[in-house]
Amino acid sequence: MWRFISLRLLQAIPVILVVITVTFFLVRIAPGGPFDSEKAVTREVKAALETQYKLNLPLFQQYTAYLGDLAHGDLGPSFKYPGRSVNELIAAGFPVTAELGFYALLVALCIGGLAGIIAALRPNTAQDYVPMSLAMIGICMPSFLLGPLLVLIFGIHLDWLPVSGWGDIPGDKILPAITLGAGYAAYIARLGRAGMLEVLSQDYIRTARAKGLPEWQVVLKHSLRGGLIPVVAFLGPAFAGLLAGSFVVETIFQIPGLGRFYVQAAFNRDYTMILGTTVFLSVLIVLFNLLSDILAAWMNPRLRAQFGNN
Amino acid sequence: MTTQTISDIAQAEQGTSLWKDAWLRLRKNHLAVFGLVLLVLFVIIAVLTPWIAPYSYQAQNLELGASPPSAAHWLGTDIFGRDLMTQIMYGGRISLAVGFVATAVALLIGVTWGAVAGYVGGRADAVMMRLVDILYALPFMIFIVLLTVVFGRNMLLLFLAIGAVEWLTMARIMRGQVQSLRQQEFVEAAISLGLSPATLIRRHLVPNALGPIIVYTTLTIPNVMLLEAFLSFLGLGIQPPQTSWGLLISYGAETMEEFPWLLIFPGVALTLTLFSLNFLGDGLRDALDVRGAKD
Repeated sequence: MWRFISLRLLQAIPVILVVITVTFFLVRIAPGGPFDSEKAVTREVKAALETQYKLNLPLFQQYTAYLGDLAHGDLGPSFKYPGRSVNELIAAGFPVTAELGFYALLVALCIGGLAGIIAALRPNTAQDYVPMSLAMIGICMPSFLLGPLLVLIFGIHLDWLPVSGWGDIPGDKILPAITLGAGYAAYIARLGRAGMLEVLSQDYIRTARAKGLPEWQVVLKHSLRGGLIPVVAFLGPAFAGLLAGSFVVETIFQIPGLGRFYVQAAFNRDYTMILGTTVFLSVLIVLFNLLSDILAAWMNPRLRAQFGNN
Repeated sequence: MTTQTISDIAQAEQGTSLWKDAWLRLRKNHLAVFGLVLLVLFVIIAVLTPWIAPYSYQAQNLELGASPPSAAHWLGTDIFGRDLMTQIMYGGRISLAVGFVATAVALLIGVTWGAVAGYVGGRADAVMMRLVDILYALPFMIFIVLLTVVFGRNMLLLFLAIGAVEWLTMARIMRGQVQSLRQQEFVEAAISLGLSPATLIRRHLVPNALGPIIVYTTLTIPNVMLLEAFLSFLGLGIQPPQTSWGLLISYGAETMEEFPWLLIFPGVALTLTLFSLNFLGDGLRDALDVRGAKD
């Protein structure tokens, strides 16, 4: 197991390096310097600004300097918010995004997992078709459509829940979490159904039934662990998608999270902010993929045996 | 020459029966047929839009303003008094075009990459697939936003950027197919007849891997269309005066309190299309008996 983990960790390093390098050079080749659009900046001021942000150095030295700063965890100053570092902006936005992502994942796992299991227990009956059709709708309805629709129904017509904000009014976290989680709930339902169906047709499940175990024990104790492996393997990519998808949800519900900062930075051409956020999110996502791979391997006896720890 | 013709005939015969078989199975799947019919209908409407749209694309009626569905405007009008149905038809042209073209880009890159990696094998294969693994781990949504920032909001680049990030699964599937095909006798026979690798890949490997490619293509189009809609919603994709379903939904969301139809109808158009493509893709996967084409 340790060999598997260290192998995966080693593989993650080049990925992260590639991300940093590609992002850095992409941002640098963007047409127009970050201060070009600013009106009436004298040449001296521009030169001073460029010195301050190390833009006067040759490209490769800029790159090594950035890597050096990064090694100390410093993502540099923001171009558009003078006096604020990218670190500060990320520190302000990320907890909000992480909280939103966590609730959304919770929604996705509870609803999706349950729907998948229920559907797999009676395949090709109404108990299967109803949750799976709902899942298909969930997959096809993008969050930027579902969000406004939910607001329209529950926020405006029924007036049950607040329509925007984050942590100001009780209940204002419910709609964003559902909006962000719905699509993933749908995927998890499909993955969970397929995984459970496969496990439930195995011989050892027949044995468990034959020895007279009650059905709930067969499902909970014998099938769940195997059947949900695909779901666990999906958690890493799901988390990546949640972070990226949070742009939209944060925009709709006016949540002051990292996603909104990122989109604003994209509009303002705040290059250091874009660079810093991309690097930060990429590293996080690579680590989460790693974590879910390890978790899936730990749940899968065959993979565990392959890397034999005991 | 003769051997080639014979193999061609044999292949063609086998091909038809396989496709006929798949078609018969697909026809039994009502949802997939429904998806196919709806999709064909949408494509026909999109192609014919300039001739069949009820109003001209630019026509405004500021006095009318936003009006709910009526006999004159079946789906209502937007705040400038523009006919929503016309807007949706023109938007659909762009949304569908982005979906098809970007998927074609992804298809071309992915199939070539996977076929070469699977065919050459050995170290080149290891390096090529390692690269795919690395790219897999990247957060693409974030990268596409980054690309639109760097290269501006240009439609052609949007196609290329989306296509360039959607080819990875295609490459993996193609490589797996080619690897298993390479073990088969007819490929060995073709090699021993002195066929060049490029011809072998083009004439024998790609046609035999067509099933999974078609299935995966059908499932890639909705992903691409979602990406475009997502970018347009954020204001980073299609720019006015052009429009797309994502952009229409974005406008609709702004004014949904007073004019909910401006959100609902474009939303229905997009959701129905994605629905059709997903059902068709699932149906094709079952009909062609392709495993592992999704997730």
